Amino acid sequence: MAKLSNESIIARLNSRFEGRFNQLDESYGLLTLEVGKGDILDVLEFLKSDGELQFGYLTDITAVHYPDLPKEFAVVYHLHSLVNSIRIRIKVFLEGSYPAIPTATVLWNGANWMERETYDFFGIQFVGHPDLRRILNVDDMEVFPMRKEYPLEDPNRVDKKDYFFGR
Amino acid sequence: MSDSISKITNNKPIFVDNDPQDELFTLNLGPTHPATHGVFQNVLQVDGERIISGVSTIGYIHRAFEKIAEHRAYYQITTLTDRLNYCSSPINNMGWHMTVEKLLEIELPKRVQYMRVIIMELSRIADHIICNGILGVDTGTFAGFIPMMVKREFIYEIFEEICGARLTTNIGRIGGFERDFNETAFSKIKQFAKEFPAVLKEFEALLERNRIFIERTAGVAAVDPETALSYSWSGPILRATGIDYDVRANEPYSSYEEFDFEVPVGTNGDVYDRFLVRNSEMWQSLRIIDQALAKIEKEPEGIFHADVPDFYLPPKEEVYNNMEALIYHFKIVMGEIDAPKKELYHCVEGANGELGFYLISDGGRSPYRLHFRRPSFINYQMYAPMSSGMLLSDAIINMSSLNVIAGELDA
Repeated sequence: MAKLSNESIIARLNSRFEGRFNQLDESYGLLTLEVGKGDILDVLEFLKSDGELQFGYLTDITAVHYPDLPKEFAVVYHLHSLVNSIRIRIKVFLEGSYPAIPTATVLWNGANWMERETYDFFGIQFVGHPDLRRILNVDDMEVFPMRKEYPLEDPNRVDKKDYFFGR
Repeated sequence: MSDSISKITNNKPIFVDNDPQDELFTLNLGPTHPATHGVFQNVLQVDGERIISGVSTIGYIHRAFEKIAEHRAYYQITTLTDRLNYCSSPINNMGWHMTVEKLLEIELPKRVQYMRVIIMELSRIADHIICNGILGVDTGTFAGFIPMMVKREFIYEIFEEICGARLTTNIGRIGGFERDFNETAFSKIKQFAKEFPAVLKEFEALLERNRIFIERTAGVAAVDPETALSYSWSGPILRATGIDYDVRANEPYSSYEEFDFEVPVGTNGDVYDRFLVRNSEMWQSLRIIDQALAKIEKEPEGIFHADVPDFYLPPKEEVYNNMEALIYHFKIVMGEIDAPKKELYHCVEGANGELGFYLISDGGRSPYRLHFRRPSFINYQMYAPMSSGMLLSDAIINMSSLNVIAGELDA
């Protein structure tokens, strides 16, 4: 089979989602698309079940916090087409301090813990998730520690100020 | 079921809803049970010896590596990766170096790439020795385990010779190695490549056709390929189900495309197949090491890092006697790297599967965001669901054969 190229992925997606996604980046050959919150489940399902693309393997789900952007959170999906040996990255930007997005557990069982981890660290609600609890942090924690506003260490410490280290 | 699970935190009994006559027993397997080889807690509901359902609780050794990484210079993150899968730290180290090199667009000399291949394959062998050796112990024999552990010890001696550390190695630097392998290191690698086959052969002879071992492992925890893919499994346990996905072959890094090796696969995805796949992988790793040693012979001697003064520390003598070297030394140690603003995902074939690094750089001294795609974390989530209906003793063996490492599970 001829190797699938990023252009043909976009062409294939255009056949159904014309104008509903943006291409963000293509560095290192990894196609990065931005998809709206309402379309994400359809796009993921299309990528997974389409006979030509076959992105059947969910590599990873995680999130990034951009406090300076109007839409603060990005949920990042890495999919892999083992048949075509090509990867794709999908980003969904979300706004608000308690953002919500549909769960991908309906498509992949493996999404369960990945989404729990993302919820645990960023506070992103995966609507429809069967068991959305904290996974690595303690259950009675009140904050979402990977958000940028939470410092790494106790800010009252005086012996570890950044300027001592030239940073 | 989720309703009953959520009661864990409220100190109420869990699993109440499906046991009206109160006949089932709730068993805490872990967090520090000797049979689980690490900090794993599973709250199991058992009917005699049969598991009805279970809930995994993880996070006991969570150390917030992703948060720490956002505050550290790139070269300081290597020590964090050591502590992911600490049975094969060098693979994590190399994976991280390669990620940063990809970001900084550093091309390594061939000799360094082959040296890395040797280190990674040695640690893959060390990791598989642990997993398969302990699988033997869990099924009741110490006989195969001991000679294998002696060889693992020897691999650690090689690491010690190269970098001074044994378990959490911090081996190599961004741009190459901290120093060349010395004569002793090379001779020890050659000695290992010569002596290990006999030990591995004996180990296989002890267990592969052993009636007791086969009856304990064959057919236990069999997983079909569709389920394995749906749970995003990777590594030897995925290959045991018959899917030939190996990052080394699919997306070669560090010149793996030049090596001649096979990707062993199983058929049933049960514990026995995982054992066989890991054994065959050790043979393949030995093949790769032999080829790498031969390739190094043909490369010019003494090259152990790329020529990138911006990122690779100058030799100490120069730092004391040469102004430029001192400046570079200072800049590198303070982490003042001009990294491009980029986003990348790089993965290597860890001993347990696809170990990925998702790195976002904003041009600063430390990553804007770093996420580890940890194979143990993703592989382990099927453990509790697949345990229901299993005998307790089978569940223990299943956990051994998944080879979940607590450090990689919890990051």
